Parts: sequence; C-alpha cells; structure tokens
Amino acid sequence: MSTPGSNDSAALLEVEHLEMWFPVRQGTAGGKRGQVHAVDDVSFAVAEGETLGLVGESGCGKTTLARCVVRLLQPSAGTVRFRGDDITSLGSRALRPYRAKMQIVFQDPRGSLNPRKRVSQIIGAALELDAGGGSKQDRVRKLLDQVGLNPEHASRFPHEFSGGQRQRIGVARALAVNPQLIVLDEPVSALDVSIQAQVINLLDDLQEQLGLSYIFVAHDLSVVRHVSDRIAVMYLGKVVELSAAEELYTRPVHPYTQSLLASIPIADPELSRSRVRQVARGELPSPVDPPPGCRFHTRCPGATDICRQVEPPLTVYPGGHEAACHHPLNVSASDLAGARRSPAASRSAGPDTPTAPGAVAADWTPTGT
Amino acid sequence: MTALLEVEDLDVSFRTEEGVVRAVDHVSFSLQRGELLGIVGESGSGKSVTALSLMGLSRGPNASFSGRVMFGDLDLLTAAERQLERVRGRRIAMIFQDPMTALNPVHRVGDQIVEQIREHEGVSRRRALDRAVELLDRVGIPRARDRARAYPHEFSGGMRQRVMIAMALSCSPEILIADEPTTALDVTTQAQILAEIDKLRRDSGVGVILITHDLGVIADVADRVVVMYAGRVVEQGSLADIFYDPRHPYTWGLLGSVPRLDRARPARLPTIPGSPPSLLHPPAGCHFAPRCAWRFEACSGVPELSADDPEHTEHLGRCWLPLGLARARRVVDGSIGLPVAAAGDRAGTSSTA
Repeated sequence: MSTPGSNDSAALLEVEHLEMWFPVRQGTAGGKRGQVHAVDDVSFAVAEGETLGLVGESGCGKTTLARCVVRLLQPSAGTVRFRGDDITSLGSRALRPYRAKMQIVFQDPRGSLNPRKRVSQIIGAALELDAGGGSKQDRVRKLLDQVGLNPEHASRFPHEFSGGQRQRIGVARALAVNPQLIVLDEPVSALDVSIQAQVINLLDDLQEQLGLSYIFVAHDLSVVRHVSDRIAVMYLGKVVELSAAEELYTRPVHPYTQSLLASIPIADPELSRSRVRQVARGELPSPVDPPPGCRFHTRCPGATDICRQVEPPLTVYPGGHEAACHHPLNVSASDLAGARRSPAASRSAGPDTPTAPGAVAADWTPTGT
Repeated sequence: MTALLEVEDLDVSFRTEEGVVRAVDHVSFSLQRGELLGIVGESGSGKSVTALSLMGLSRGPNASFSGRVMFGDLDLLTAAERQLERVRGRRIAMIFQDPMTALNPVHRVGDQIVEQIREHEGVSRRRALDRAVELLDRVGIPRARDRARAYPHEFSGGMRQRVMIAMALSCSPEILIADEPTTALDVTTQAQILAEIDKLRRDSGVGVILITHDLGVIADVADRVVVMYAGRVVEQGSLADIFYDPRHPYTWGLLGSVPRLDRARPARLPTIPGSPPSLLHPPAGCHFAPRCAWRFEACSGVPELSADDPEHTEHLGRCWLPLGLARARRVVDGSIGLPVAAAGDRAGTSSTA
C-alpha cells in the first residue's frame, strides 16, 4: 500500500496526550463560562490486527475520544498519528485518504442510516471513495453477504430490517472502503442479548479474515471482554487502567475497575447474591469541575489524603499492566518495586509511583478458568 | 393467601394497517405481597405491553383485550377509566425506562411529587412537601430539602430514576411496576437502584413486577420469573427453576448467550440463531420453533403451558420436548445453552418477510 501510511515500523494508531475540551455556559443567564475537559491527556496505541476496548460510564469521554481518533472532532491538544502520519490537524481534503482507512460504526443503527436511501445506496455511497474491483452492485452484494445479510435485500430500506440487521448494514458500510481501523462506538448496546452475541461473533470473524484493528467503545465490561486484546478504562476524561483483557478481570488494580466489575450482575442467582460487593458510592462528579487529585477519590472506599491532593500517575507494573492509583489493588511487593511511571501518564500527575498496596478488600467474584 | 394481582389469560391485540398484531397471547401470572416477579424477554416479546395493559395504559380504538386482571375485586381490564384513575399512581405505581421523559421538565421535582400526593390525598401543600422531602431522602437523594427545589435536568440519570421511585412511592402503592428501570443507567448506578428497589419491597411489602431483558438483573433481585417470547409465556417458575432447571430451549438460549464474567472466555459467544418472528405473521405452532435446534414434528402445534415435573407444580413450560429429553439436551459444553447451528451467526430474515 502506498500513501497514506508508508511508515511500517510504527503502530497503526498512536494517540499522545490527547485533549478535547468543550466550552459550557453555567448559571441561568448563561453568563459564567467553563470548560468540560471531556478527554484530558490520554495516550495509547493500537497495533495492527488488535482490538482495544475502551470502557467507562456515560460522561467519561470515551465517545469523544473515539471521535477525535477518527477526526470527526478536532482535538484541542495532543497528537493522533495513523501509521506514523500526524493527522491531528489535517484539513478535510488532506484527511480524505485517511477517511478510507479509518471507519466508525455508531451505536444507534436507526439514527445512523438514512431512512430514505436504499441499502445499496447507503453502502454504494461509501464505495465512491474506494470502489475496489468489480461493479458497484457486485461489491454491495458481496459486502452484504460478508456481514451475514441476504444480498437480495440490497434494494430494501433500513426500516425493513431489524435492529441487529441494521447494525450489520452499518458494518458493511464501514467495510466498503477497505479500512484498516474501525471504531465501534457501542455497536451492540441497542441490541437484544441474543442478537448482541451474533454481531460480536461477526465482528470477530471479519477481524480474522481482513486483519482489521478495532477500537471497541462500550460501557459494559462483560461484552468488551469477548472482543478485546487490551482494555482501557476511563473515568472523567482520564485513562485510569490499561491492561491485557483477561488480566483486567482477574487482577483489577484500580478500585474503579474493581467497582465496575462488582456492579455487573451475574446471571446465576446463587453466585450473584453470595458475593460481597464493593460498589462505588455516590455518582459521577461534574466533568466541568472535576475533583482535585485522583478524580475517583470522592467515590473510592480506600481514598486517603494523598488521593485528595495529588493526581496519581499512570504507572506501569511488571508485565505491562498500567493503572493510575496511589493505593493499587492486587499488586505484590515485587510488582511495586518494579513499577515505573508510564510514558502515557498525564502531565498533570504527581511524580511518585505508589509504594504500598491498597487496603481495599478484593472481594468480587473472580473469573473462572 | 390470596394473590395481590391475578392475571388470567390476558390477550392483547392491536389492529394495524398491515393486519392484526397479537402482542400478548394468553398470559397468566400472579403476584404476592412483598414479592418481586421478574418478567424477562427481548424486544417484541410483549413484556411491556403486558405491564401497560395492567394499568389500562394500552387502551385505544385499535386495541382489543380479553382475559382478566384481578386486583382484589376489581378487574383492571374492564374497569371504567374513573375507577382506574383511583388505582393508578395510588395503589399501583409505575416507573419507566427513561426518567427524563417521565418527568415534567418545567416543574421542580418536589412540586411534581407534591402534586401527585395532593391528587390522591387531601393534605396541605406544606405537609405534602414534607412527605416529598422524606421520600427523596429515603431513596438516597442527598440534601433532599434543597434538591426538591431542583428541576429534572439538574439531576443525573440515576438520580432522576430515584426521583421516579420516590414519586411512585408517594402514595404507598401496593404494587410497583418497573419497566426496564435500570436499562438507561450505568452499571454502578444500576446496582444502587436495584438495591433500592429490593430494600423497598422488603421494608414496605410492596409487590414488584420488574420487567427487563437482562437475566443478570433477574438473578440479583427476583423471587419468581416469567420468560416471554413473541407474545407468549414460554416458561415460568421460581428463580431456581429458571436458572438451574430451565425447561424451554429459548430460556437455554438466553442463559447461554449472556456473557459471563465468572466463567472462562469462550472462543465464540453462544448465540440464538435467527431473530424473533414478526407478530403480524407469527409461525404456526411454537413461536420459537424456527430458531430452535431441537424442533421436531410436534412443534407445528402450539404447546400448552404446563407443569411437567410433578414435584414442581409451580414450574411451567411451553415446550413439546419431554422433560427427560429436555434435561439431557440443555447442557452444551458443560453449561446450559443451545447448540450452535451450522448457519448460527447469519442474521435471520424472518422478521423482514
């Protein structure tokens, strides 16, 4: 492949110290101005063929981050590199070749498909950018078949499909331009459980066949587990934990991650009712005026003075598990000795990595093996 | 003990331009005092229409009903609108999935609760407001007196749902119907709200009907479970019946397709092949048969909802498979589920016919 992306040594996507803020007005007359730091100094990379899960509660900035990555939004600061090329502030014309390499699938398949266009037109429009070989109609039929839909239905309108099928159309449209990275923004949240599983298996298959990279945005840790190689947990605009997928479930280091895991109901009454749950107290503080120090301290059962004053740096533990907490859970003395400040740590974070493990009991049901 | 609510053979159909949709098809269940009954099903299963019909909220020129919904001596299905008004909000309260659309955006939440209290009871504004504040406090809203003066948009989703619960409780109802009360909320908030509902029915003895698509939620708080599929009850029984001795292949499929954090990650997520049928043209016989790996000749007829295990007469299933065979077939790879069909991951086309 020629341009874009000639630099093969770099990761597919690199995000460095990305920030996105939006102006807000407060007060009845809209006089007082403030800023929402929706994404506040976030860094990560996505390798070829990898799936990065991006998890957090509503308002944590995960969708804003996803949209900055595919440049639907212009980041306020930081850099986004695609195959080594800085695309952070490219204009719309310069972005065009990258648009074909990075696609996005939205949560609501009803809102993201034009109700007045036939499926062949919806997918066909994407083919204008990169038709590949063969006639347009052939490509549309091939794409529909690829996502498990009947190619005969190309002339139908979106409303003639069920929710799960509409989401497949969204995936087909994203695939039309032969992308390398697809951002999936809550792709199954609007679907029924049994249909969710179908769509996730489809995404799995496509990744295997086409070598795609995914950024999978979700609020549900149980769904993310099945698709992700690595998972980043966000809280109020910051990444608080980033690790290999299974490790996040067996050994959560940040109390917020643990509380997210403990909140997920288990479809087994005895197990679900017998576990002691450490669920976060209260609710998400306003992102306009986030708490000082560690942003989670207002809800954390193990918060101490340092948490209220100093922002914990994202810290790399031996094995590559990263977390930003002064009192990390599930870490041994040797983990702590080998810990160092992550290059992805926020610049506003304090200098010191944690010296002692947290005292919060790790009492959620562990993953079976 | 007589039941708080007795639903017998409830049938709800709607006339549409394309034909008659039978949204609820011979549904029967009962609710006891202090009990939490979970109704679980996917979209289009008829679970919400069932709930709305209990309160006469699905009435309209194109709707027709049959069966009985006995609340004490009153049949809610045939009760006059004036009689229903005395029941709604006061004796049977309801909370909805989206608290933003259920609250009036231009009135303070305290005033909305006061209005509700004064509508049903002749108390002074001041006393009603005191009650409202007390209720907000009880459902876990901090600084309740101040927050009563706030507008709905000043609350987060979870707090709004707490306001809805406070409002629902304002007249000490005997029954609380909660239609997907936590679906729009984050998981940490969901856990808090479920705990609140659970505490409430233990403290006050209110009977709760909790409608959800999430078996995890059911596992957490329900006492008994009704599983609905395409307008029909396919299985009902105690929590243990449904989770540990499920009778119907659809229940197996549902249990199998829930991602489980307490188990090892499978290479592929188990699914139920295809998609639910259109209620305009439902399949003859068992509605689940077109998606069922175990269908056989008998499935072209409608199975009765019946108790097949003489030791568990409260456990009802609507399936032609003999009980012994069902128990043998429901285990796939060591846990309950449906076997993966050859074309299991292709999208069904039945609903777009």
